[in-house]
Amino acid sequence: MTAATTSLAERAWEALATVDDPELGRPITELGFVLAATVLSTPAGTGVDVRLRLPTYFCAPNFAYLMVADAYDALVAVRGLDWAEVRLTDHFAAEEINAGVAARDGFADAFEGQAVGELDELRRTFRRKAHLACLERTCRKLLDDGWRIDALAHATLGEIPASAERDSLTRRRRELGLPASADTPLFVDESGAPIPEEQVEQRLRFAKTVRVSIDGNTGWCRGLLRTRYGDDTAAPEGTAQPAAAANPGGAETPRSAEKREVS
Amino acid sequence: MYTKDGESYFIVDSHVHLWDGSPENQANRYGKGFIECFYDYHRNLSPEEWVWPLEKFEKYGEATLMKDLFEDGYVDKAIFQPTYLTDFFTNGFNTTEQDGLLAERYPDKFIVNGAWDPRDGEAGLEALERLTQRWKLRGVKLYTAEWKGDSKGWKLTDDWSYRYLEKCRELGIRNIHVHKGPTIYPLNRDAFDVADVDDVATAFPELNFIIEHVGLPRLEDFCWIATQEPNVYGGLAVAMPFIHSRPRYFAQIIMELLYWLDENRITFASDYAIWHPKWLIEKFVDFQVPEDMQGEYGTLTPDVKRKILGVNAANLYDIEVPREAAVPDEVADSTEAVGSAPAVPA
Repeated sequence: MTAATTSLAERAWEALATVDDPELGRPITELGFVLAATVLSTPAGTGVDVRLRLPTYFCAPNFAYLMVADAYDALVAVRGLDWAEVRLTDHFAAEEINAGVAARDGFADAFEGQAVGELDELRRTFRRKAHLACLERTCRKLLDDGWRIDALAHATLGEIPASAERDSLTRRRRELGLPASADTPLFVDESGAPIPEEQVEQRLRFAKTVRVSIDGNTGWCRGLLRTRYGDDTAAPEGTAQPAAAANPGGAETPRSAEKREVS
Repeated sequence: MYTKDGESYFIVDSHVHLWDGSPENQANRYGKGFIECFYDYHRNLSPEEWVWPLEKFEKYGEATLMKDLFEDGYVDKAIFQPTYLTDFFTNGFNTTEQDGLLAERYPDKFIVNGAWDPRDGEAGLEALERLTQRWKLRGVKLYTAEWKGDSKGWKLTDDWSYRYLEKCRELGIRNIHVHKGPTIYPLNRDAFDVADVDDVATAFPELNFIIEHVGLPRLEDFCWIATQEPNVYGGLAVAMPFIHSRPRYFAQIIMELLYWLDENRITFASDYAIWHPKWLIEKFVDFQVPEDMQGEYGTLTPDVKRKILGVNAANLYDIEVPREAAVPDEVADSTEAVGSAPAVPA
């Protein structure tokens, strides 16, 4: 492997790391969903051949489609790559999804007669959930640090201490197209409107349930992926980075908690 | 009956199967994929010593089931929940008739539930009447992700589904168990969406809707609906086994449910043979919310455990609970909604 292709492989991996599982709100690289990403030189030029895998054969096909399509879009934007191929493996609808993404058909055409439109609203539903869970993590940290609940309604993003939770929250806001500058209120709903003080506690309570649910699903998916493919998930020679090298943890679930729970 | 530390627990396992997922019965790659997916659930969440070989898991037979549930597993009464999947398995995965034949030989051990599919139209309504007469149905299990020819799923709010729910009311079938699987249609919606439960629970207040797997992976949506609909229950199949591998997450699930619902609307289930009731029951009776979470969530008392393990399901199916495992009556306040909150984030 030459130095040039190594760096191209790294850039391909970085591009894949920008693709989230839309349901869990985590990068597919971190979740171990990228089985292999191999840079190849062919008559068509230099490209990358990516294989994705999921925790079960029956994982929801709409989410699977989004991940394959997003991975493709991220890769074709990488400078120096002439082509990209992304294929889902071991999934009941792999054939339709792979063909649909490769043909740039859109989701409805890939599942002719079974889908009633594209997936923007679905994606948005889960971005709203991710935002709410992130808001709860941020506020919980503030409450643990001695903040009063009524103060949450009046704080701006810039007034709360810098933290990994705040960074995640800012990212979630931007994903939803909401203002995320330092002078915008901390506690807003999915349309960016501030929540009145008297509603903060109840909304925070529901947000906690959303957070518990997303964290729980993430753990379940990780566990099933391990069971399905085994712990030793090193990718074959010549790939960009093995799935096993993915970095679990990160801002949204402290690694220590993950370790305690998943044995 | 299970007894520990002087406390007795009457056990109703609300979700058990007698399935045939063997290669001989698999109709296609989907059948193979289905049983392998179940097997991964089983391997992933069971303690090591309870993991079966795949061949046994595919088809374990009556004798194994009887021993596991009633000799080893402490179960007093088990409720069969059929899962037909006739597009995936030649003779069906687990039908009412297969369950019923075993239940007839052990009438004090089992409750047989039926099933219907709104896509069967008028003929299906007649078949449901016959099924109800034959097996004295008091409950049905619905699987909205089931494939049927070109159709890859359905919703409780489909027109024909309302017809079937009306038929249930007419026939005296009170308990509607709903399993949300990864529905294929409509593909552009969230497959696990439980919003349709909300609509039918409002439209049919005299029916009980027991949502299997407490809506997982949409616990939050389920809680939000259940807190507003007093006839919505949560079945703990799939949630229970987290007690072993992820006890802190299990504590969160149980205590979230107790917060949003109440202790009268949560029912124990093993989902046998995915998990064995013996270890689930032993661990649940021994279980307590971890100390550092008790300030946030409180604790689980033996009375609450008794209700979850048997009393609640016994109330749904008019099963008599022995005096030593009964829970004294109290004012059950299941109609007051916790959620006087702002509109739920969609």
